[in-house]
Amino acid sequence: MILATEMVFQPQVLFTIVMAALFGLFVGAVPGLTATMATALLVPVTFFMEPVPAIGAIVTCSAMAIFAGDIPGTLLRIPGTPASAAYTDEAYAMTRKGQGEVALGANLLFSALGGLFGTAVLIVAAPSLAEVALKFSSFEYFWLACLGLTCATVVGTGSPIKGLVSLLLGLFVATVGLNNPAGVPRFTFGSVDLMGGIDFIPAMIGLFAVSEIFRYVLGMSPDTSGAQTRVGNLFTGWGRMMKQYWRQSIRGNIVGTLIGALPGAGADIASWVSYAVSKRLSRTPEKFGTGHVEGIIESTSSNNAALGGAWVPALVFGIPGDSITAIVIGVLYLKGMNPGPTIFINNPQDIYAVFLIFILANIFMVPAGWAAIKSARLLMRVPRNVLMPTILLFCVVGSFAINNSVFGITIMLVFGLLGFVMEENGFPIAPTILGIVLGPMLEENFVTSMIKSDGSFAGFFERPISGTLGVLTLALWVVPLALFLWRKFSANRVSPHATRG
Amino acid sequence: MKRRTFIGTCATALTVALSAGGALLGMAAAPALAAYPERPITLIVPWGAGGGTDATARIVGSLLEKTLGQPVNVVNRTGGSGVVGHQAIASSAADGYTLGIATVEIGMMHWQGLTQLTHTDYTPLALMNEDPAGLQVAQDSKFASAKDFLEAVRAKPGSMKASGTGQGGIWHLALAGMLDEADIPPQSVPWVPSQGAAPGLQDLVAGGVQVVPCSLPEARSLIDAGRVKSLAIMAKERNPLFPNIPTLKEQTGIDWTMAAWRGIVGPKGLPQDVSDRLIKALKEVYDSSDFKDFMNQRGFGMIYASGDQFSNFMSESNESLGTVMKAVGIAKQ
Repeated sequence: MILATEMVFQPQVLFTIVMAALFGLFVGAVPGLTATMATALLVPVTFFMEPVPAIGAIVTCSAMAIFAGDIPGTLLRIPGTPASAAYTDEAYAMTRKGQGEVALGANLLFSALGGLFGTAVLIVAAPSLAEVALKFSSFEYFWLACLGLTCATVVGTGSPIKGLVSLLLGLFVATVGLNNPAGVPRFTFGSVDLMGGIDFIPAMIGLFAVSEIFRYVLGMSPDTSGAQTRVGNLFTGWGRMMKQYWRQSIRGNIVGTLIGALPGAGADIASWVSYAVSKRLSRTPEKFGTGHVEGIIESTSSNNAALGGAWVPALVFGIPGDSITAIVIGVLYLKGMNPGPTIFINNPQDIYAVFLIFILANIFMVPAGWAAIKSARLLMRVPRNVLMPTILLFCVVGSFAINNSVFGITIMLVFGLLGFVMEENGFPIAPTILGIVLGPMLEENFVTSMIKSDGSFAGFFERPISGTLGVLTLALWVVPLALFLWRKFSANRVSPHATRG
Repeated sequence: MKRRTFIGTCATALTVALSAGGALLGMAAAPALAAYPERPITLIVPWGAGGGTDATARIVGSLLEKTLGQPVNVVNRTGGSGVVGHQAIASSAADGYTLGIATVEIGMMHWQGLTQLTHTDYTPLALMNEDPAGLQVAQDSKFASAKDFLEAVRAKPGSMKASGTGQGGIWHLALAGMLDEADIPPQSVPWVPSQGAAPGLQDLVAGGVQVVPCSLPEARSLIDAGRVKSLAIMAKERNPLFPNIPTLKEQTGIDWTMAAWRGIVGPKGLPQDVSDRLIKALKEVYDSSDFKDFMNQRGFGMIYASGDQFSNFMSESNESLGTVMKAVGIAKQ
């Protein structure tokens, strides 16, 4: 442990961490540039570094990027990373109410706390948690995807029918391309670009940001520049929020770490699930969607906790918990820190040094995040007629960068139009995004499970974890419906007067 | 603090924007070949960030940058089981400023009718890596050898499932070809498609499938962790990193080999001087200790061939893959 401390507290290691933090903040804040991309861009640099700064750079950079994704999401309604998409609307609603500083302050505080929680779990329980994560097969993931889809009925505001239409639209988009279990091109019309499927990131940028630009161009956007100019003291209400929402924070942390630790699900899904859980269990669910900080706290805790969780199977078994740790595993091998149970036995100082960096990175997030938010505030002083074209420019760059192809920009524009039309007609866009995220997971795990069980549905209930998840999911679907019917039934049978006595 | 961070952010912004724009500029500028290379080179990877192909491309890219004295930008063009990226390499301008890393799938996709592209649509530069398929089962599996496994399949077809890549992917072919060679109908071990070796291996440990015929470097961490054992490798010789794992022929007498390979290519019709310069630079990269260290650390197999040799290699690979794919019914008739 002392060795580890010595390894970390060296000028060049600390310098690397600070540089990686700034890089992560920037990449995360630009829509379309994801935390995964930030990590991938760092890899060639890490080839020529010592193991500890190399891993430290990746850890810091990814944590910062996930947090920084909240900044443009909150101020401009452009989620910087997919993990922020779940609560972008909520945070933007707060900004419109002039509470941008509260939203960003909450994002910062609870991101850092979530990160620390995920790290604590990683340090204390990695080997045993990894055992559980390794028991998940396609049967279990299928049920998880179903549970995720259930969130759609919760996250969408307005009519459930319109929410369902929106979800189905997302699921349809997810079927386009060649990336399905059978490897058969669907809805591609012979286009090589469509064979690759519809990329999630440009679609998300289109639905959120470009639709907002359309609304502005058509003069339908309320002028909110006055409300947004003041970011004020970020630390306002931290004490109060901690006191009032500590349950939400802890719940988000636990859900995030667990989902993060599962190899088939990461920070994006953790964030959606936590937002839905928060709304479902809230005493004031009607406030969700109107700029209420509760759900933001839970899901921002969750997506940062998921980062730590994702390292659990990566370190213990070399199985990536998400796309970031997939890259990390390669770097670990390069640096001679081969993942596996022995990583904790051979050269334990290396792994403790990595843990220390996790903690440092999450603490450093507070001042660095504060500075980033303060400079982002300058954006708000820019007149809207200058700001909007600039946003469009960033959207275009982000959509292009995701796959370095012009086709990404086409997707962005098409989805921008779609998002605009949908919202003007009262269709929520959040379920569409959820559908695009979960569609492939749902289909793939269903088909592969059916192949494994030779076409028998019983397979979904034969394994202990899968059976439990299955019963839970079905209960979630059936019980509210049954209760509804029961109430209707008893209301019909018993006259309103009798129920009083 | 505030001011400095903002400036820092701007500086980083510029760098990223420049590198992102680099690809665009690369296409626009005129191919003046006074002294190739005079501007940055783009290296296209048809697979996602973080995978083995991506890692190989990135190390080659950073070493090539040193050798050629020009930045090499590695870009991922993913999707369509590799079709999208391979298409992007083939249809880029043949000026030496856009190269790519081609993978074994170039000899597979066209047999399935997914694309018209074949290896003849590229200028072969240098083959850098080859990883043979292995035969992995869970540590607690009852099989002790490839022979046991084959007998169990013969006795009870359909009782075991395999995974490790998509439907008709390279490891699917490795397994199907092996069964075919052993006179067992290839459908006796149904294939469960997965997004890659890692999810397939996880499913193996979780008990969802019984065999994963991926390469050894992919299975390494779980082999080291004592969760997975490799029964045999489908290669002519044993892997120096895993000297205890026998070859398939040693164990069963079945002479069947299959391997995934990766090599650097350019679009068809690269000027002779450009391809000569690149082949020379890639040879330097291949011989460098940095590259050797990297490949050994990852456990990736090293193999080198350039120009016509590489072309013949791809052509042979293409033919043998086509034969297997027809035999197991994956090829489009």
